[in-house]
Amino acid sequence: MKCKSLVILLFVCGFFALAAAEEGSGPPDSTHVDSIPPPTPVSMLTARDSENDHGHSVTLMWELSTDDGAGQNSVLSYEIFRWVPFFMDTLQSIRDSLAGAEGTIAEQLRKRRDQAIAMIPGAHKSYPEQGGWRKIGTALSGQSSYEDVGVKDRGSPDYMADHTDYYYLVDAVTADPAIRAPSEIVGPVQSFGQFFNTGRIPVFVAVLVFGLLTILFVTRARRGAELYVRPLAGIEAVDDAIGRATEMGKPILYVLGLGSAADIGTIASFTILGRVAKRVAEYQTKLIVPCYDPIVMTVAQETVKAAFLDAGRPDDYYEDIVYFVTQSQFAYVAAVNGTMLRELPATNMYMGVFFAESLILAETGALAGSIQIAGTDQVAQLPFFIVACDYTLIGEELYAASAYLGREPILLGSLKAQDYAKAAVIILAALGLLAASLNWTAFINLFSVTS
Amino acid sequence: MRRQIPLALVFIFGVFMIFQYFVPHESSEWIYEFLLDWIYIIGIFALALGIWSLIRVSVAKIKTRKSGWGYPVITMAGLFLMILFGFTGYRDGSWGFHFMTAEGLSNPMFRNFFDYIMIPIQSTMFALLAFFIASAAYRAFRARNVLASLLLVAALVVMLRFNPYLGPFGTIIADTASWLLNVPNLAAKRAIIIGIGLGMVGTALKIILGIERGYMGKG
Repeated sequence: MKCKSLVILLFVCGFFALAAAEEGSGPPDSTHVDSIPPPTPVSMLTARDSENDHGHSVTLMWELSTDDGAGQNSVLSYEIFRWVPFFMDTLQSIRDSLAGAEGTIAEQLRKRRDQAIAMIPGAHKSYPEQGGWRKIGTALSGQSSYEDVGVKDRGSPDYMADHTDYYYLVDAVTADPAIRAPSEIVGPVQSFGQFFNTGRIPVFVAVLVFGLLTILFVTRARRGAELYVRPLAGIEAVDDAIGRATEMGKPILYVLGLGSAADIGTIASFTILGRVAKRVAEYQTKLIVPCYDPIVMTVAQETVKAAFLDAGRPDDYYEDIVYFVTQSQFAYVAAVNGTMLRELPATNMYMGVFFAESLILAETGALAGSIQIAGTDQVAQLPFFIVACDYTLIGEELYAASAYLGREPILLGSLKAQDYAKAAVIILAALGLLAASLNWTAFINLFSVTS
Repeated sequence: MRRQIPLALVFIFGVFMIFQYFVPHESSEWIYEFLLDWIYIIGIFALALGIWSLIRVSVAKIKTRKSGWGYPVITMAGLFLMILFGFTGYRDGSWGFHFMTAEGLSNPMFRNFFDYIMIPIQSTMFALLAFFIASAAYRAFRARNVLASLLLVAALVVMLRFNPYLGPFGTIIADTASWLLNVPNLAAKRAIIIGIGLGMVGTALKIILGIERGYMGKG
């Protein structure tokens, strides 16, 4: 009997021990989180207008909470708040109504919205009354800065007016969002746009020096100085290629690429086209210029027309020498390839901006047995042209081609300036290598450019 | 005068664009965006000229029964059919022409022509690139001299770097390929890019200063 009672007692004790053990291994409930002590707030919070921008932005910086990565290590993030007048709610309701409005109602609402926006700077003067703190963003632990970037579009809910007083505070937040430590309030701070981007001073100096070099060499060339330019095989081949086409009685196909009239590569191509068209007019050979862009087409028509006039053969010019095909990349390629295979041009010239179509064009031209001269400033397409064409103008040679073809001293003068600039780049690159190896940060920073 | 006005305009806007890069202020941005809008406006008018040019060239080919005159017929049919479908749409329970709204974009014929004719044809053209790369590679990799042989070896190393059956040589080949791409290849690429950058600035300056007038049809 005694033994039986002992077994029951042991069983009951074991049961309670197991129950207690299971309770201890369960997930922590929220009461454990409540026990997080409040963290220390961020210190040295500053707010200033963001540098080198168009305005509508304020940069906040602070020193991390002592519980961020150290101390109690309890800070998970920082929440950033901006003081906003209640007046902004009215503005938002106008914007919401505007979203679904049409006609005269929309016009009236737009007027009311603009009037309300004009009152934002005044409304901010009501701080700290008639308004409240709104969360504008979150920074992760370890992050000690935040850029409050607003929108310059007055219609947007994120519109941030310039020259308006703003106030900020930053909360250090723990795992329990209720346990947080607010910083001191900073403000007023105003955002405004700058008139000079100091982050781009090195670029400004480089452009200035290069511009002065160009003017210097052009002036020297005008005074009759002898300027040597190394031969460009691709350009020297142009005359031969036009001569070949004339002898064979076959046309010359000139492709301006897929660039717009605003691309420097296309502009350089117009100049080469002018020279080619002049020779073509002199030799009375046929020229075909299919275009991808309608603006490029109109400029190319004028270029060819002027070249025919220069050659003394304006009557030989007709508008369909230069024609528009399509603005669809591969449809354009199909049309040009079709022209190549039907017309079998003696010479194909690809000058300008090219993309994936470069190899399709050049390989079809090679299959058609044409002499091919290419030039592009698209580095990725250069290998394709080099492989498939007889002559290729690599990068800057495309820009040099017009000066080389014309042999005009003032154009050659600008090429000299480029050569000197390249020499300067080589010297600076070598110095940069040395500076990086010897850790001359001051020298390296001289050339750092920020957007 | 006919030449001086465009040259003056190029100078004024060219100099403005240079300074605009260094002036982040909103007013400078506003003028920049305003000028960019002009490109779209000019583009729309130029597109009309472009379509007129295409029609004229195609009709001339059809009229003279020039070799391959069937292609312009298809071009013209495609052009006018797409315009027709693009302006025909379903609204308020009936079909009709809608010139001011975009119902035509959901016209089934417009969509079908685009999805089942235009896109497959474009994909086919793009797919040709694979075959052309093979033929171009064959021509480039013929070891005719020392430089071409070097190119061949470099290309083989770069191509073999993803081959999983090379065993212990795989790592060596992958490392060599990475070195080839990141050191000599990148150095040459950067040199070309620096040259292009300077060439661009040089050409832009020549255009702004009126030294280069090729784009006006006069060298």
